[in-house]
Amino acid sequence: MSRGTVSELGARLRSGESTPAELAAQARSALVSLESLHPVLRYTDALTERQAGRAARMLAESPQQAGPLCGIPFAYKDVLCVEGVETSAGSKILQGFIPPYTGTALQRLLEAGAVPIAVTNCDEFAMGSSNENSAYGPVGNPWDASRVPGGSSGGSAAVVAAGAVPFSLGTDTGGSIRQPASFCGVAGFKPTYGRVSRYGLIAFASSLDQIGPFTRSVADAASVFTAIAGYDPRDSTSSPLPVEPVAEQLVRGIQGMRLGVPREYMAEGLEPGVLSAIHTAFAQLEKLGATLVEVSLPSTEAALSTYYIIAPAECSANLARMDGVRFGLHVDRKSLTDTYLETRGQGFGPEVKRRIMLGTYALSSGYYDAYYRQAQKVRTLIAEEFDRAFESVDALVCPTSPIVAFPKGDKSDPLSMYLCDVLTLPVNLAGLPGISIPCGLSEGLPVGLQVIGPRLKDARVLRVANAYEQATAWHTQAPPSPGAVTGTPS
Amino acid sequence: MAHAGAALARGGYGDAVMTATSAVSTLDQVMERYEAVIGLEVHGQLLTQSKMFCGCSADYIGSPPNSNTCPVCLGLPGVLPVMNRVAVEYTVRSALALNCEIPEHSKFDRKNYFYPDLPKGYQISQWDMPLSLNGHLTFTVDGEEVRCGITRVHLEEDTGTLQHAGDILQQARSSVVDLNRAGVPLMEIVGEPDLRSPAQAREYLVRLRQILVYIGVNDGNLEQGSFRCDANISLRKRGETGLGVKVEVKNMNSFRAVHRALEFEIVRQGRLLDQGQTIAQETRGWVEAKGATISQRSKEYAHDYRYFPEPDLPPLHLSAEFVDRVRAALPELPQQLAERLQREHGLSAYDAATLTAEREDARAFEALVAAGVPAKVAANWLMGEVARLARETRTPLHGSGLGLEGLASLVKLVEAGTINGSTAKELLEELYLTGGDPAAVVKERGLGQVSDQAELERLVGAVMAENPAAVADFRGGKEQALQRLVGGVMKATRGRADAKVVTGLLRERLAP
Repeated sequence: MSRGTVSELGARLRSGESTPAELAAQARSALVSLESLHPVLRYTDALTERQAGRAARMLAESPQQAGPLCGIPFAYKDVLCVEGVETSAGSKILQGFIPPYTGTALQRLLEAGAVPIAVTNCDEFAMGSSNENSAYGPVGNPWDASRVPGGSSGGSAAVVAAGAVPFSLGTDTGGSIRQPASFCGVAGFKPTYGRVSRYGLIAFASSLDQIGPFTRSVADAASVFTAIAGYDPRDSTSSPLPVEPVAEQLVRGIQGMRLGVPREYMAEGLEPGVLSAIHTAFAQLEKLGATLVEVSLPSTEAALSTYYIIAPAECSANLARMDGVRFGLHVDRKSLTDTYLETRGQGFGPEVKRRIMLGTYALSSGYYDAYYRQAQKVRTLIAEEFDRAFESVDALVCPTSPIVAFPKGDKSDPLSMYLCDVLTLPVNLAGLPGISIPCGLSEGLPVGLQVIGPRLKDARVLRVANAYEQATAWHTQAPPSPGAVTGTPS
Repeated sequence: MAHAGAALARGGYGDAVMTATSAVSTLDQVMERYEAVIGLEVHGQLLTQSKMFCGCSADYIGSPPNSNTCPVCLGLPGVLPVMNRVAVEYTVRSALALNCEIPEHSKFDRKNYFYPDLPKGYQISQWDMPLSLNGHLTFTVDGEEVRCGITRVHLEEDTGTLQHAGDILQQARSSVVDLNRAGVPLMEIVGEPDLRSPAQAREYLVRLRQILVYIGVNDGNLEQGSFRCDANISLRKRGETGLGVKVEVKNMNSFRAVHRALEFEIVRQGRLLDQGQTIAQETRGWVEAKGATISQRSKEYAHDYRYFPEPDLPPLHLSAEFVDRVRAALPELPQQLAERLQREHGLSAYDAATLTAEREDARAFEALVAAGVPAKVAANWLMGEVARLARETRTPLHGSGLGLEGLASLVKLVEAGTINGSTAKELLEELYLTGGDPAAVVKERGLGQVSDQAELERLVGAVMAENPAAVADFRGGKEQALQRLVGGVMKATRGRADAKVVTGLLRERLAP
């Protein structure tokens, strides 16, 4: 059984062994067989057919010019807008919302000939670390269906881990790509803030959100990143600088590189199994010629509270447009105020409401200076500490998550859930690129190694990750019983 | 700041309507004891081609409801704003015309509140780092020079519009939303509380509107709301320097409404103060039909807008070069132009002010003068007959059939003595809308002035013969009898004679 990667499937398409339509059909049935894990919210059938046809034409016209994603099936998170396909952000309030436009990242994938198959489950408005906050029910981890896949991009991580599609798109606001990648044993890459356009991404926290890929190899992550990255005039926060070519850097190895290990990230709270896998990974990196040095990011302990002021503050405004007036759920009441209250009261789940209230409070008159302004100052401090660290090291390496995938229902109080992201969210606060790649198992569950780079050094992050991946076999490990027929027969 | 929830009217007319019978102070009496402190906030839509954050047209008037929209200005999930550079330039241009400083760094903020005309649930505006600060506007009222500080000029987006089946939202059976206007660039000009009377407030607005229209950033239309004004007003005892409790007045859509609303507020507040009552800090709306302001929202219901920096837009950096370029391209402002017209053409201050009220009039004046028409003559035509026709036909000269060229040609025919004044007035009236070449019409209809001396003498003789009584009266010392004879000659020439020449001839012939 092959868990075909992007490059393997691409080779099959070019040799004529498979057609885009065949790959799409195989991916779809593989996804259908994952139903018990519930990673898929809906299929994009009409679009799938159109795109498979388009890819076939592109391949027929010029197999060499067609890019690496042409004809490759994929799934995307339910917060990305594609014209004519429902996007509900995992929420009741957007049930039935069909965007009349296509976001930039998806547009670029469609132009590259990639074939969307399904829209994946996620935490409501990308708020969560376990995918248990989806209004449409939780997702099971392919490694153990009773455990969570991580979140918020849980569905996107699960479908790649289960081998149903070779890649998927997720979004990462505080770790929502990297943490589920870690929990599911796949590669999950969050590019530099501003590197991938956010146009068409239903915003959770605008200054933190970033779109990125889930794949089963770092090379595949680089391919998807290359396709979706780059300046977009529709996103004023996207970087106008050209994207560094990734492919050539990817294979240069890490001989002579200095890699920093943030002392604060190796502190208490790491599960022993995670710690031991990470130490083994560090030894591997040294074997590959890198020098590991300890660095300090003293403001790390303030990152969580900083994040939980800034992200909710932005979400309190971003989610205000969900008012029942123009789209989505509308609960009709006699007065305008009651219509607002009932629509939003019935439409939003408890975690979303909690964050809207947190953010509203933090921005309120009289509290702004103590919370929001202070949080912005600490955020600057955190970013400066990363900058300082990068003066002496090329990249940082650390665990992605202090723990492995936990059982559903295990973290019922919000704070313990929030602590899941303590090693990923500082990266969003600083706008840096970060990737999680599989680096071992703890009690039979995947552990993720996180690589963090300086702003716009996305290629360097991928290079470090690729060097590690090429020297190890963790990325080839499949879930023992993913509860699914995976990939395509070979 | 803007206009949030203006229609969420609270309370009724209760405290607002005063009966004519109450034996209390008049405006003059109140003004004797109290000084009014007035500050104005003006919102002006910018004449950009596209909206502030998307490519939709900024010219939304007349489009079918919600047709002038896109995912961005509809505030659909997932969309992002992209700044309209021209809107920034126009705001800077306005700020410079109002003597403001332009800080190098400014930013945009989200102003949060729920209302159906606000698609995103927040308005992109500017809070603590506006595009400009610290300007002023100087003007004269009743011979007194007034200098009103301008706190700031900033840029924000306009909202959509609502229509209610019913007077106000709360009593409406249903309401419909039109988002054609949503996202049109809106400039807010916040004035300092430096104005002391409704007349000063009115003049400030007239001057401000004039400047914005002159520099081409706003069409100055109060009725359609592309130029809107809110007023803050408080009273204090004469001689005191502290500030009283201020009331915000909204919904005034003409200069006259502003004047009347402020007069009303002065009287209302003055009477309350006289009775020893305190003024409630609140927002009141002007109701034209009642000639009164009514309470809309008291301070305890005031919004907390929870401003915070707009994360979808990077902070704005305006280089000194950019600001210098905009400054250098500023057109001549009305006050400068009026001074120049006085200096160069010897116009009176009054004539200069009248002719520069509208940029087009001043342009017409300069064109007529350039075509050889004496300044005073050009001014008289423009301020007299042309202004009257423009008003009556609701068509400005530059939009009329006759146009500036036609007018110049007509006035030159008078100056050359080809036609007389009354013929010219009739022709002007006739050709103003239809258009046509005045010289050709004069020639075609033989309207040219009768200047043949022999012909005039013959007519004078004939009129004298037909009016022996008038001749006798004049010779008997009744000077006004001469007018009857002049009139007779004018009638005989169908108005084409030069009345001065005719008068001279008659006097000669009537001389004893």
